[in-house]
Amino acid sequence: MVETDSVPHDTISAARFTRRSGSTISSGEVDYSLLTDGLEAEREQGITIDVAYRSMSLRDGKRLIISDAPGHEQYTRNMVVAASRADIGLVLVDATKGVRTQTLRHSTICAIMGVKRIIVAINKLDALGYSQEVYTQIHNELSPLFTKLGIDDVRFIPMSALNGDNVTTASSTMSWYSGETLLDAIQGWNPAAHVGSDSRMDIQLISRAEDFRGVSGTVHGAGFAAGDKVTVLPSKQKATIAKIVTYNNENATAGDLESVTLVLEPDIDATRGDVIVNDGNELEISNRYQAKIVWLHEEPLVQSRSYLLISGPTQAPVTISKIKYVLDVVSGEEKPAQKLQVNEIGLVEIATDRAIALEPYSQSRQYGNFVIVDRLTQQTVGAGMVEHSLRRGTNITHQAYEVARSDRSLQKSQKAQIIWLTGLSGSGKSTIANELAKQLFAQGFHAYVLDGDNLRSGLNMDLGFTPEDRAENVRRVSEVAKLMLDSGLIVITALVSPFETDRQRARSLVEEGEFMEIFIDTPIEICRARDPKSLYKKADSGKIPNFTGIGQEYEVPLHPELVIDGTKPLLDSVKLIMARIQ
Amino acid sequence: MKESVRILKNLEDESIEILRETAATFAKPVMMYSIGKDSSVLLHLAKKAFYPGFIPFPLLHVDTTWKFKEMIAFRDQVVADAKVNLIVHTNQDGVAAGINPFTSGISEYTRVMKTVALRQALDEHRFDAAIGGSRRDEEKSRAKERIFSVRGAGHSWNPRAQRPELWRSYNTRLASQETMRVFPLSDWTESDIWMYILQENIEVNPLYFAKPRPMVARGDQWIMVDDERFPLLDGETPQMRTMRFRTLGCYPLTAAVDSEAQTIEEIVEEVLQVKLSERATRLIDGAGEDSMEKKKTEGYF
Repeated sequence: MVETDSVPHDTISAARFTRRSGSTISSGEVDYSLLTDGLEAEREQGITIDVAYRSMSLRDGKRLIISDAPGHEQYTRNMVVAASRADIGLVLVDATKGVRTQTLRHSTICAIMGVKRIIVAINKLDALGYSQEVYTQIHNELSPLFTKLGIDDVRFIPMSALNGDNVTTASSTMSWYSGETLLDAIQGWNPAAHVGSDSRMDIQLISRAEDFRGVSGTVHGAGFAAGDKVTVLPSKQKATIAKIVTYNNENATAGDLESVTLVLEPDIDATRGDVIVNDGNELEISNRYQAKIVWLHEEPLVQSRSYLLISGPTQAPVTISKIKYVLDVVSGEEKPAQKLQVNEIGLVEIATDRAIALEPYSQSRQYGNFVIVDRLTQQTVGAGMVEHSLRRGTNITHQAYEVARSDRSLQKSQKAQIIWLTGLSGSGKSTIANELAKQLFAQGFHAYVLDGDNLRSGLNMDLGFTPEDRAENVRRVSEVAKLMLDSGLIVITALVSPFETDRQRARSLVEEGEFMEIFIDTPIEICRARDPKSLYKKADSGKIPNFTGIGQEYEVPLHPELVIDGTKPLLDSVKLIMARIQ
Repeated sequence: MKESVRILKNLEDESIEILRETAATFAKPVMMYSIGKDSSVLLHLAKKAFYPGFIPFPLLHVDTTWKFKEMIAFRDQVVADAKVNLIVHTNQDGVAAGINPFTSGISEYTRVMKTVALRQALDEHRFDAAIGGSRRDEEKSRAKERIFSVRGAGHSWNPRAQRPELWRSYNTRLASQETMRVFPLSDWTESDIWMYILQENIEVNPLYFAKPRPMVARGDQWIMVDDERFPLLDGETPQMRTMRFRTLGCYPLTAAVDSEAQTIEEIVEEVLQVKLSERATRLIDGAGEDSMEKKKTEGYF
């Protein structure tokens, strides 16, 4: 940046005279790290924490955006963020220290994130008398790694950043090297043009004006032209592009990466997240994929928990159904794992609640990527790269039957629904469920209780009480409840279900108005005093590690339909619920 | 396509995509309109993003009452032409307390009349996303900020706990009490802005062009005497100097630069030559090494 005069002079001057605490660089010398370490905490601690972005123009007029990422292991996720949009990865090797685990980690992450060119800058050769042997040794040590990682465009450059050897100008001291400089290797990069005739646009929004309706989004691939025949996924409706509208003109074509608005004929019903593809581009849609995932959050990935998947404008609830292995990025070893911790990279299977159109990341970075969002905190907790769709998903087509849920409900003269009781152990869920079932039965309703404890002796006997197992427990119970709901029944569930995201997922399985979440609000002291199953006693003595309220948190429902005060008389509580059912 | 044209096209397409994501995923977005060149570009991009429809969100101008007169006149004309709804908000408590840039101290003035005023306006209208024209090349803490940047309760920014932002899969979801700041011009540079203004023939404020203006020296900066509220020193008279402004803000806090540039072409020429950051002419950014980051953590744009 400095060599190409891309940094404002007042910024350089500030980097000359501002010093981090403990800095050993003498005043008047430029502390280059200050040019990108912009946060107070970074300047105080003398480390890079987050990614900095700098746009600059190269000598040949091309645009370069530098994403400066921290290199320490605990910041792997920031590296992943920087690499996700990068074409070129610059891996810096300190020649005086040789190849280190950090080098292997950086190279592997670049490869996984789809970086196309790697430049290995072997720096500080001035301190080793510009030794060709050192350069060759590092070159030979790293070459097989890149072959293994599948990156064929690798450039090794011997450098002294201090003296400017091979940074922007060829070194006069390293006459044994006649290759390109760092700047040459960057400037020489040309993104590969799109190959193939496939075109795709994911709909971002529906554009409306008086007498106008179009679909807006960013085009990828070969491009569209007026008159092109297209298919809208997942509905598979066919249409023709009547015209392509942009502000300046109603131009005839829309090329790769252009943001446009398409007018379709006929004006079919399409919505945000739908995908438009040109005919002949048979894009597969599926609800099951195998993918690599980088976990970005301190709270580990929980199998079976419902998260939200975001890929461009596509959003869908997703669960990680299987962790196949976790990758050791230094040794390349694949180890079995139950969890993915922060900064870990694993191979997993994911299942979305509806079919979506993802492509292998190796073919399309744009449509092969997704992020995973925690549905409660809305934090971005994971980043995924699709390997391929799983046949299981695509081969199962939903069989429709002619007798519908509404028919079965009508036959029983009731509104089928799920009454979801949640609360601490001992709060009174089972007691309330039992009384509710009795009264419903007496009044001629068809109801059934799914009791958490009872199910654990059969359907869920393989599950324990870890967050993962609890998520799976709730998932199974909600699926069973959904089936019973479909048969026209009133389903009462009585299980602790301590996590909001799991309950939200249960709710998301059914239609609005079919799910009544009831929080049985009983103070833990009272639950403890009741202790009908002596569980609190055991938990207090440490015999039950994941007991809700002691070893594990209970997340109070954010938006329950009803809150029952668990200290009030039973019949009063049941009356409140009965009033809602009838 | 020429490389320089292609770069602008890519930036434009990216910004339009971000604006559309914002409109599609937030309940009540708003676009900050500060009258400067970046706002002009942002407004132009919004017209393009939603054409032939109207811009689906209002504009918000936080008026400190100390803006250049030419800015307000320009604002009202541009807004009328663009057929958008403009909300102007001033912190009336600050006005009543007599907060001003001369005697209140720059930090306090900025906090009350800009940061607090902005928070008031966002709260009053319950905007869940505010689109701003900040660029990453402007300032070191901005170089670290996400395109979709979450604000916690009280519009606070926690630079150490930013959401990872990967590819173009933007997480626009909000937890309780959170709001979003959106920066569609993140990847643009100052010269990109001017090249684009030139290419698209976008109208910009006359203050950007050089002409003889009544100036006084303060330290090594030249400040324009825009109205009678400017406290002149004893015996001091403003002198006419041919100058222009690189950035626009409150007139007592925005220094001018010597320039002969009278057309966009000449400004582009000048910007490509000048090697000082544009923030060098903003007095509020010099108030302490980490002042921008601190202000941002309190809710400043």
